Amino acid sequence: MLLLAASALTAAIAQVNPLAAMRQPAATGIVGWILAEQSMFYRALSGLIREAKTDGSAYWSLIGISFIYGIFHAAGPGHGKAVISSYLVANEETWRRGIALSFASALLQALTAIAIVSIAAGLIGATAKMMGDTVRVIEIVSYSLIVLLGARLLWVKGRGFLRALHAVRSWTEQHRHVHHAHAHHGHDHPHGHHGHGHTHSDEDHDEEESVLPWGHAHGPEPEELAGLGGWRRGLSAIVAVGLRPCSGAIIVLVFALAQGLYWAGIASTFVMGLGTAITVAAIATIAVGARTAAKRVASTRAGYGTLALRGMEVGAAVLVTTFGALLLTGYIASERMGMF
Amino acid sequence: MLYRFVFLLAGLAGLLAAGERADAHPHVWVTMTEELLYAADGSITGVRHAWTFDDMFSAYATQGLDQKTKGEFTREELAPLAKVNVESLRDYAYFTYARMDGKRHKDAFAEPVDYYLDYDAKETSLTLHFTLPFKEPVKAKTLEVEVYDPEFFIDFGFAEKDPVRLVSAPAQCTAAIEKPNDGNFPSSLRLGQSFQTSEANAGMGASFANKISVKCP
Repeated sequence: MLLLAASALTAAIAQVNPLAAMRQPAATGIVGWILAEQSMFYRALSGLIREAKTDGSAYWSLIGISFIYGIFHAAGPGHGKAVISSYLVANEETWRRGIALSFASALLQALTAIAIVSIAAGLIGATAKMMGDTVRVIEIVSYSLIVLLGARLLWVKGRGFLRALHAVRSWTEQHRHVHHAHAHHGHDHPHGHHGHGHTHSDEDHDEEESVLPWGHAHGPEPEELAGLGGWRRGLSAIVAVGLRPCSGAIIVLVFALAQGLYWAGIASTFVMGLGTAITVAAIATIAVGARTAAKRVASTRAGYGTLALRGMEVGAAVLVTTFGALLLTGYIASERMGMF
Repeated sequence: MLYRFVFLLAGLAGLLAAGERADAHPHVWVTMTEELLYAADGSITGVRHAWTFDDMFSAYATQGLDQKTKGEFTREELAPLAKVNVESLRDYAYFTYARMDGKRHKDAFAEPVDYYLDYDAKETSLTLHFTLPFKEPVKAKTLEVEVYDPEFFIDFGFAEKDPVRLVSAPAQCTAAIEKPNDGNFPSSLRLGQSFQTSEANAGMGASFANKISVKCP
């Protein structure tokens, strides 16, 4: 049953996966379609903002189009989906928190865009270059935060992995010993084995306590993490991902301002953020689902299963760090801001 | 069982990687009119670009600039912006790529000259004019010039009317254009790999390349 669920998920992911392979013939397939659709919606926005000046019904179209654009826009690559998903996988988060994180970071993204344009363009009368420079600074902060977030996860999860590794090693050793030495007495408890001439370090002893014989107790459980510290960490993820505003939102806001219809731009930005949040939340939920399935599969194998699970978390932590570093160094092009 | 686990992990990693793999979606649209400039001896000396930006980006770009008359910008008022534009364009190789007699030419162009911005108050759009001189006048029998943003932040497209003009070209020279949507565009992928500025988005923009082919038999 569990295997069935897992294989169903694998199939589902395999179907989503073509997104990853879309890099060469870009104008075809899903991504090409998404690009074409979102371009159409984005370009419709300027016409609708203009129309809204004279025709009240255009407001509703503006809101509707902004929403759809948000959904498509986030479905196209980028916008922190990868960072959020990896973070959720690495940190053993629940889908509920995944959705909360997605919405919170999208909201923050909308708010930063509005704050930048309101202050820079609305109050100070700053030029596009100044706004671009501001976004640049925010971007560096945001990507650095992603690197830090990843590094922290790597530290925590790396230790968890090493613990699991130790546990598997000593378990294997002990297991052999148990079979050789004497009859199996129920579920062996680690304390019982000292008399058999094993030399354990104190460290090993700690690990055994938590891991053997089921191979299921390991680093901190999610429930333990969900306290205040957990939420604070969630906040760091929200800020890291959501700090950098979407270039499109800034351009729309400045355009609305120039058209004397700033609040329409603000409404559009929030609705866009809502659309973005829905897409990101959907992908985050898939990631959490896949992780849960992996955990189920892993739990059928004591020791090694835990090890694989810890390995997956380390892998996801590495991904977060890598994304941050690649974004920071410009190897992955983020949205450009400024004149070009 | 382990296989299944590995598959699951691979699928997950792929999904995550897809998220950040190619962050390519345009926020700027450019409608372009191109001129190829010929010398008296029939060689091509440069490419003159006229790029008209979409109204939203034009509003963004002109934000906060000094203007005497509201809703209008003179060439002088836009001069500092034009300078910023062409200077930052250098980092993107001016989005202009040349092939001579089928051979790509990485470093074909010198610094841009004669650059300025125009503002069309009726269309509320900016047009950037600049000339890219070839370092060496081109005597090749066929010249291909492609304009695209490899990262596809800018979506370039030819103007509907007279997108390409040959200026004082010998009578036998002809120009043809290929748009990204043309089916016969096999070279785009190879070109994308040669000219990409960012590995991550390799070829993304190249699939949206616009090609001018000039033949002087």
